[in-house]
Amino acid sequence: MSTSKLMKGNEALAEAAIRAGCNAYFGYPITPQSEILEYLAAEGRHRGMIVLQAESEVASINMVYGAAGAGARVMTSSSSPGISLMQEGISYIAGAELPCLVVNVSRGGPGLGTIQPSQGDYFQAVKGGGHGDYRLLVLAPASVQEMADFVFDAFDLADRYRMPVMILSDGALGQMMEKVSFRDYVPADHIVPKPWATTGKPKTRERNIITSLHIEPEKMEEINIRLQEKYRLIAARETRCEHFHTDDADFLLVAYGLAARIAQGTVEMARSRGIRAGLLRPITLFPWPTDAVRTLASHVKGVLVVEMNAGQMVEDVRLAVGGRVPVRFHGRMGGIIPSPDEVLAVLESMVTNSVPQHEEAY
Amino acid sequence: MERQAIEQDVAGLECVYAKPGTLTDTRLHYCPGCGHGVVHRVLMEVIEELGIQDSTIGVAPVGCSVFAYNYLNIDMQEAAHGRASAVATAVKRILPDRYVFSYQGDGDLAAIGTAETIHTANRGENILVVFINNAIYGMTGGQMAPTTLLGMTTTTSPEGRTVETAGFPLKITEIVATLPGVYYVSRNSVHTPGAVRHLKKAVQKSFQFQKEKKGTCFIEVVSNCPSGWKMTPLEANAWLEEHMFPLYPPGEIKTPK
Amino acid sequence: MAIKGTVAFAVETCKGCELCIDACPQDSLALSQEINAQGYHYAVLVKDNCTGCVNCALVCPDAVITVYRENRKKEKVPVATISNVRGNVTVTLDDERKNP
Repeated sequence: MSTSKLMKGNEALAEAAIRAGCNAYFGYPITPQSEILEYLAAEGRHRGMIVLQAESEVASINMVYGAAGAGARVMTSSSSPGISLMQEGISYIAGAELPCLVVNVSRGGPGLGTIQPSQGDYFQAVKGGGHGDYRLLVLAPASVQEMADFVFDAFDLADRYRMPVMILSDGALGQMMEKVSFRDYVPADHIVPKPWATTGKPKTRERNIITSLHIEPEKMEEINIRLQEKYRLIAARETRCEHFHTDDADFLLVAYGLAARIAQGTVEMARSRGIRAGLLRPITLFPWPTDAVRTLASHVKGVLVVEMNAGQMVEDVRLAVGGRVPVRFHGRMGGIIPSPDEVLAVLESMVTNSVPQHEEAY
Repeated sequence: MERQAIEQDVAGLECVYAKPGTLTDTRLHYCPGCGHGVVHRVLMEVIEELGIQDSTIGVAPVGCSVFAYNYLNIDMQEAAHGRASAVATAVKRILPDRYVFSYQGDGDLAAIGTAETIHTANRGENILVVFINNAIYGMTGGQMAPTTLLGMTTTTSPEGRTVETAGFPLKITEIVATLPGVYYVSRNSVHTPGAVRHLKKAVQKSFQFQKEKKGTCFIEVVSNCPSGWKMTPLEANAWLEEHMFPLYPPGEIKTPK
Repeated sequence: MAIKGTVAFAVETCKGCELCIDACPQDSLALSQEINAQGYHYAVLVKDNCTGCVNCALVCPDAVITVYRENRKKEKVPVATISNVRGNVTVTLDDERKNP
């Protein structure tokens, strides 16, 4: 572990990538994450990484595919509109069962949107985004420390399961500065061998083909079944979430990433006013902590979901809660970060059973 | 009876040409007379002769040759439509001592993949780009390509390509040749034995230049599409000479000084 | 005297595209009356004046053709034949046709 440093989230993520043994980064500038490319262009190149500014996000993700297919630890990063451009490539990477890391430092949308932070890409990250039946393993950091730590985890998970892993962050986490200490450099023997990679066919094996094309329906179904089994295995083994004062909670807040920090402030304020509130923070958005929320739902009187979007993760909360208790939603869009006070006001209205006007009906 | 005749004829005669061992036994799915098969064979002959089967990686496109990896007995990656040169860039950057080539048709390279084609060449990536230009989209049923000739009938230019609707045929090879990172550009065909021999020389040079890290090598093969052009293979090759060559003349377009 | 040569065709792989027939400077090739299992009339040698020039094999998209040529440098030493051949000389013509 290195000593603590004060670093910007984007830069901490980049530094972690170098230490995690990332061989290559292909990316394109976009606010609010260009620092990742810049840090790696300055630092990574001197420390053994291939760092290439590609001509677009489309080119970037296809370079990631090529490098992953050749057996490298490889990543890219972008922000919402750029991640949209990468969706085809991500689907190919998932279909070809290649490991890689894709970082989304989300900004407000839709469209060109704003450069302010948002959580508007939850659906895109967690429910697909690209075409076809695939999922990403999605990690949602809520601090600069997690921006760094999750990079190590993401590469290991990607290699272990042969799939793309996404770190779903946002512009505020990317730009804020906090203390961070880095894990040690990943030794070469820690990284799993990749006998399936296209490194040049020796006489001792058949040729390796990296493809996601399977024209015969039976073969395509077989591949899809294998992918789905992989995702079931991941759900059983890799689901992560954090509990904050949930043991004795009467009201449960559910939030991820930056919104979870706000919600945590709300919980603390609520507790000081005698409201037994708790927070469940999903860390993996896929696989989502359905069981944890379902269990907690039996012990609380209501659930409040806080997001920086129009209501995306709230659907997964509702599925898990299954109608047992009311689920309310509070969200801000356009890159506006809700304050703990405004969330507390919503919570208090739940406690007193009155409904403020800005709640949506469903 | 035929069998015996051949065995007897072979006795005393030396084998001077056979299918390269670097092609698989899988039957090619290409239409009869399609140039893809010849280019595949020439590439694999060179790879076999140079002894680099174990250090060559190819990138297949989306198009008729999307299944190239079923025929070429080397490690291969299938790229998304248009992106083969980006994929090849990454493979080469990760494995700089291997031989890497991309293999693309006119839609893949000069329509959807134009940005990747230009920028790969502009960076002077040490790869070989093989460009099969038959002025049509074969796999999807014969639509117009960027390289389709003016007046040429396709399913999306049913009355013949016009400038007003579709602009001019794109001479992508000449554009790529202007880039300083591009070391060698050759335009070939495979419709005569002599043309095939020229192509083989171009491929041999390209692998040598790649070994010497000279930059991007770009080989265009003006080829036919008997199905898309609605001709027999022989008719298609005659049409190719008469109509394709005036716009896409074979020759060494950019050679090292 | 012209150099003696001959060609062998992987009959089941031939698609009858006729490019070899057109490329042959000796007019030695033609399409067979028979069809292979794919339904194509395959190319066959119809004259005995083949010089082993390799033109046909060069233009063949399906690598159907193996070419043999007399080697005049050596004096009447029989060259090992089938075992020298890399690839797809189909000397199991009869078997393949019976069991496609």
